[in-house]
Amino acid sequence: MTTQTLTAKAVVPSGGAMNRLMSSVFKQRPKAVTILAGIVLLVITAIAVLAPWLANHDPLALSPANRLKPMSPEYWLGTDAFGRDLWSRIVYGARVSLIVGVGVVVMSIAIGLPLGLLAGYFRGVDAVLMRVMDGLMAIPGILLAIAIVSLTSASLWTVMIAITVPEIPQVVRLVRSKVLSAREEPYVEAAMLMGTSTFTLMRRHLMPSTIAPLIVQGTYICASAILTEAILSFLGAGIGTETPSWGNIMAEGRVYFQLKPSLIFWAGLLLSACILSINLLGDSARDALDPKMKRRNA
Amino acid sequence: MLSYFVRRVLAAIPVMFVVALFVFLLLRLSPGDPAAIIAGDMATPDQLARIRTALGLDRPIYEQFFVWLSQLLRGDFGTSLISQTNVLTMVNQRLEPTISLAIVAIIFTVLIAVPLGVIAAWRHGSFLDNFVMSSSVVGFSVPVFVIGYVLIQIFAIELRWLPVQGFRSLFDGVGPFAQRIVLPALTLSSIYIALIARMTRASMLEVLDEDYIRTARAKGLAERLVLFRHALRNAAVPIITVIGTGFALMVSGVVVTESVFNIPGLGRLIVDAVLARDYPVIQGLILLTAGFYVLINLLIDLSYALTDPRIRY
Repeated sequence: MTTQTLTAKAVVPSGGAMNRLMSSVFKQRPKAVTILAGIVLLVITAIAVLAPWLANHDPLALSPANRLKPMSPEYWLGTDAFGRDLWSRIVYGARVSLIVGVGVVVMSIAIGLPLGLLAGYFRGVDAVLMRVMDGLMAIPGILLAIAIVSLTSASLWTVMIAITVPEIPQVVRLVRSKVLSAREEPYVEAAMLMGTSTFTLMRRHLMPSTIAPLIVQGTYICASAILTEAILSFLGAGIGTETPSWGNIMAEGRVYFQLKPSLIFWAGLLLSACILSINLLGDSARDALDPKMKRRNA
Repeated sequence: MLSYFVRRVLAAIPVMFVVALFVFLLLRLSPGDPAAIIAGDMATPDQLARIRTALGLDRPIYEQFFVWLSQLLRGDFGTSLISQTNVLTMVNQRLEPTISLAIVAIIFTVLIAVPLGVIAAWRHGSFLDNFVMSSSVVGFSVPVFVIGYVLIQIFAIELRWLPVQGFRSLFDGVGPFAQRIVLPALTLSSIYIALIARMTRASMLEVLDEDYIRTARAKGLAERLVLFRHALRNAAVPIITVIGTGFALMVSGVVVTESVFNIPGLGRLIVDAVLARDYPVIQGLILLTAGFYVLINLLIDLSYALTDPRIRY
């Protein structure tokens, strides 16, 4: 009887995080700024998905006769130094940013979550793994990323991997700290006494407590990944210009900046709006999931 | 105290070992022959063989690592493949612009962010507070290079107050130095200002609830003194910690800012090395930056132990 009640209780926290997030999204009226951020993000996602229909030129078509043209009905945002249509390039560039943002979140959590669970649960793993993570964290992310890209050819995949590697220690640390505190909870102790297998214990009882902070951390990782991709491209260590990205559009625009600032301006504006929206959504997710933080970070 | 000091210093050793191992494996585990990567596409078989012997690639991998490590410990960070110069010499030549930039940026940050954070916490919930908090989110979100170009567009191209790019040493005169450092330093400090203003506000909010603040106010102390003498001092620990953990932000900021403003510092050195695939320089710079990061955090931890009597280990 007693054990039954305990199992029933042990199930409770698993749905908690998502429920709280959902109820705060649907029951409370979200702040205007959160709605605005959501709309901006939806528009950018729509641009990325509908790129082939929105672009009125081939983003790669060179047209030397039409170099650095101003805005016109033909070229909505003008052309770049190779006569390529800026609007079409920016529209396709949205794809790279979103793919990198989502891809890095998925990969860093897919690797960081199991490692964090192991480190939080097994003392021996913890000692070794956390020293490795400390070492990894001591290398500034951007340097690690450009080093990885420079060693391999710069494709979308290598850029995503290069951005993911420095993000992993953050995820591992976060998961580990949540697991360490969850282990002290009575429901975990009860499950252990009942002889629940280690795997089930981690999946059913320890992992759920990490979901809420991971949702919040995930949005910040997404924003920072999009930013890092742009920085890599800007420095010339990113995806090649045959795949237009907001970063490499700006990198190419640099040279002609004094002549035509709009080469940097539009991509920079969209990039900033995109990152800002994701950060704002992350802030409101955090406030919804952890009301204690609300006052400090309002 | 001394034992804490020694333990803390010793703890930095495995971290640096992992960093060195990682930097070493980065080149060795990357797909392809490291010698071929280093030599580039135009290498002759003869050149390849020479590089292989020079790197000791014919020996077992653990032996290579320890040879490399012992060279590092003797202060030999290798030689650039392009300029054939010692990596440490190259770093030395590029140190001054980067340090000037970083110091001016930190001064800007402290002068702007700390008062903003204090005032935001003091007038918690007011328009000013909301303004500071929302501009700090914007500061996080706008890429450093976009801020740099916006500043160039306004102050150098439209208003013509300051030069567009470049760097002059402080030793060539304060005027030319200041003219060229203002915009890059503002650019670099933007994200730092956002971070520190937020942290100052959060830390101050916590401290302002304390009893001794109420006591200070009750005894009729001027609000300015309550805020800056009583509250800020006690709120300082997390703020200083952020300066340490924010070092990674500073590095990426320096790399980008130096590229935007054409400043011949360490950031440019690493970008140039990456574009030229000059691996010894990349390895050396990563190791030095990581070492510097570990050192900064070590100093910050030790400074707490020295200055804050409540912290005992």
